[in-house]
Amino acid sequence: MEEIWNALSRALSFGTPLLLASLGAIINERAGVVNLGVEGMMAVGALAAFAVAYGSGAGEGNLYLAVVAAALAGTLLSLLHAFASITLRANQFVSGLALSMIGLGVAGLLGKRFEGFPLFNQAPEWPFTLGAVLLALVLAFGLAYTRLGLVVRSVGENPGAADALGIDVLRVRYLAVAFGGAMAGLAGAFLSLAYRPSWTDGMTVGLGWIAVALVIFVGWSPLRAIGGAVFFGLLYYLQFRLQGQSGIPTEFFAAMPYLLVIVVLALAGLRRVQGAAPEALGRPYQRGER
Amino acid sequence: MRLIPDPNPPRLRVLWVSLGAIAVALLIAGGVFAAYGLSPLEAYGTMLRGTLTDWKGLSEVLRRTIPLLLVGAGLTLAFRAQFFNIGAEGQILMGAIAGGGVALFLPLPPALSLPAMFVAGLLLGGAWALLAAWLRSRLAVNEILSTLMLNYVAQYILIYLINGPWKGQHVRGFLYSDEFAPYEQLPTLPGTLVHWPTLVLGIALALALQVLLTRTTLGYELRVVGENPGAARYAGISISKVVLIMALITGGLAGLAGVGEVAGIHHRLLEPAQISLGYGFTAVIVAWLARGNPALVLVTAPLMGLILAGGDLLKISLNMPFRVIDVFSGVMLLCLIASEIFVRNRVQWRGR
Repeated sequence: MEEIWNALSRALSFGTPLLLASLGAIINERAGVVNLGVEGMMAVGALAAFAVAYGSGAGEGNLYLAVVAAALAGTLLSLLHAFASITLRANQFVSGLALSMIGLGVAGLLGKRFEGFPLFNQAPEWPFTLGAVLLALVLAFGLAYTRLGLVVRSVGENPGAADALGIDVLRVRYLAVAFGGAMAGLAGAFLSLAYRPSWTDGMTVGLGWIAVALVIFVGWSPLRAIGGAVFFGLLYYLQFRLQGQSGIPTEFFAAMPYLLVIVVLALAGLRRVQGAAPEALGRPYQRGER
Repeated sequence: MRLIPDPNPPRLRVLWVSLGAIAVALLIAGGVFAAYGLSPLEAYGTMLRGTLTDWKGLSEVLRRTIPLLLVGAGLTLAFRAQFFNIGAEGQILMGAIAGGGVALFLPLPPALSLPAMFVAGLLLGGAWALLAAWLRSRLAVNEILSTLMLNYVAQYILIYLINGPWKGQHVRGFLYSDEFAPYEQLPTLPGTLVHWPTLVLGIALALALQVLLTRTTLGYELRVVGENPGAARYAGISISKVVLIMALITGGLAGLAGVGEVAGIHHRLLEPAQISLGYGFTAVIVAWLARGNPALVLVTAPLMGLILAGGDLLKISLNMPFRVIDVFSGVMLLCLIASEIFVRNRVQWRGR
C-alpha cells in the first residue's frame, strides 16, 4: 500500500512540469498556433527562476519573485515565436524549433555562472502540482463554457469566421502564445526551485518535447492532460525504479521516455485523435483570404 | 506599408533578403554575447581571424563543411517535400554505427572495406529516417517530434554499444571502440583532418540531387507533393511513396556523413557528442538557406561550416560554453524563416 502511494506521489511530481507545460501548449494550439519551443522556454524559465531566487539572497519572499521571473522569461521568449509565426507568417514548426535552440542556447550560456550553486530555500512541490491540477479544471471549464473559451476555439478552428465576427484574431493568438510561454516558464521554475533546486545545463532533459507530444496524445483536452501527465510521470518513476534492479542495460531505460513518446504518438494516430485537432492548427492567418 | 504577393521572386531579392536575415541574426547573437559579458566585436573578430587567415583555420572550416554538405543536400529534398526531418543528428549516428560495425566486425578484403562501410551507413541512416516517414504516412505521427525523439534513441544505442558489447579491448575507462584498421581509414589532405573522398562524394551528390530534383520524374513528383499535395493526389502521385523514397535518400546521406566522420577523423566509434557536433541541426539551416536547391548547398554549407569552426574557437580561446552554437543556429534559423515573407511578397512602402 505504501509502495503504491509512494509511486503515485512520485508520478505526480514527475508529471507536474509536463502538466504545466502542456496546459500552456493546449491553449496556444487551441488558438491555432503550434509552438515547438516549449523545451527552450522551459530551460529559460528554469534559469530565470534560479537566478532570481539565488540572486535575491536567502529570504522567503524571493521564491515568489523567482516564479514570476520564470513566467515572464517564458513569455518574453514566446513572443519571438509569436512575432515570427503570427505577424510574419513564418512556418510555425520551424520557428518553434528555432525557439527551442535559442532557449537552450541562451539558458546554457547565461546560466554558466550559476552552475553548481546550491539553493537553500527550496520551494515545496505541492503548490505547483495543486496549482496545475486546479488550472487544468479551470481551463477545461473555461474552454467549454465561457465566451473567452469560445473566442479562443473559434480563432483556432475558423479564424476567417472569427474575424468576420469582429474578433481580433492576431491579438487572441498573441495572448495564447504568451500564455503558453508563461506556463512553460513555470514548468521550468518547478524544476529549478522545487524538484531539483539547482541549475544545470540540460536539466529539462526533453520534458518540453514530451509535453508537446502529450498535447496530441490527450487530444487537446486539459482534463485528459491530467491523466496523461500522471501516466508519463508513472513511466518516469518506473524507469528510475527498475534501473538498478534488473540486468537490463541502463541505456535502455534512459532511452525509454523518448521511445514512449513515439509509441504514444503512434497510438494517438491509431485512435485517429487527429480529428480533434483545431482546424486551423499550424496555419498562419492572413486577412482577406476568406 | 503593404505587401503584394509575388510567387516568382527575382533571384536578386532572394539574395538580399537572405543576407539581411543573416545580418540581423549576427546583431541579435551579438546582443546575447554582450549579455554574457563579452564584446560582440571581439567575438566576431576571433571567429573570423581564426578561420579565414591561415590554411589551418580554413581546413577546420572545410572539415566541418563535409558533413554539412551531405546532410544539407539531403535535407533540401526533405524540405521540398514538406517533410521536416529534424533527426539528421540521429541518422548521422546510426550511419556511424553501421560503418563502425562493418569496420570492426566484418572481415572483408581491404579494398572492399571502405565501400562496404559507406553502403552500410547509407542503409542504416536511411532506415532511421524511413521509420519516421513511415510513421507519418501510416499513423500521422508528426515527424518533427518523432525524428527528434529518434535522435535521443540513436544516442543511447551508440552509448550502449561503446560501453558494452563494442567496447574496445584496450581502452579501459574510456568510452571507445577499438581503432579501425588502417585500410578502413579515409585519407586526409596532408596536415589536416579534411577527409577528401567524403568531400568529393558530398559535392558529387549535391549536384546529382539537383539533377534528380529538376530533371527526373521522381523529382517532379517530389516538387508537386511538396507544393500542392491536393494536386499530387489528383494527378495520381503516391504521396507516401514519394515521402518514403525522399526520407530514405535524406537519411542515407546523413548516414554517409556519419561514416565519413568516424572513418575520416576519429578512426573508431566514440561518444555521440564527439561524432556529431550538432551537424544535424546546423544542416537544417544550410538546407533552408539553399531554399530547396541541393546544388546551392555548395555555397551555404561552407558558410555554416565557418560559423561552426568559429564557434569552436569561441569555446576554446574565449572559454565560452558549447551552447554558443545553439544560440547562433537558433537565431539564424528564426531570422531566415521570419524573413521569408519579404521573399514571397513585394513591399510597397506607401499605401496605394
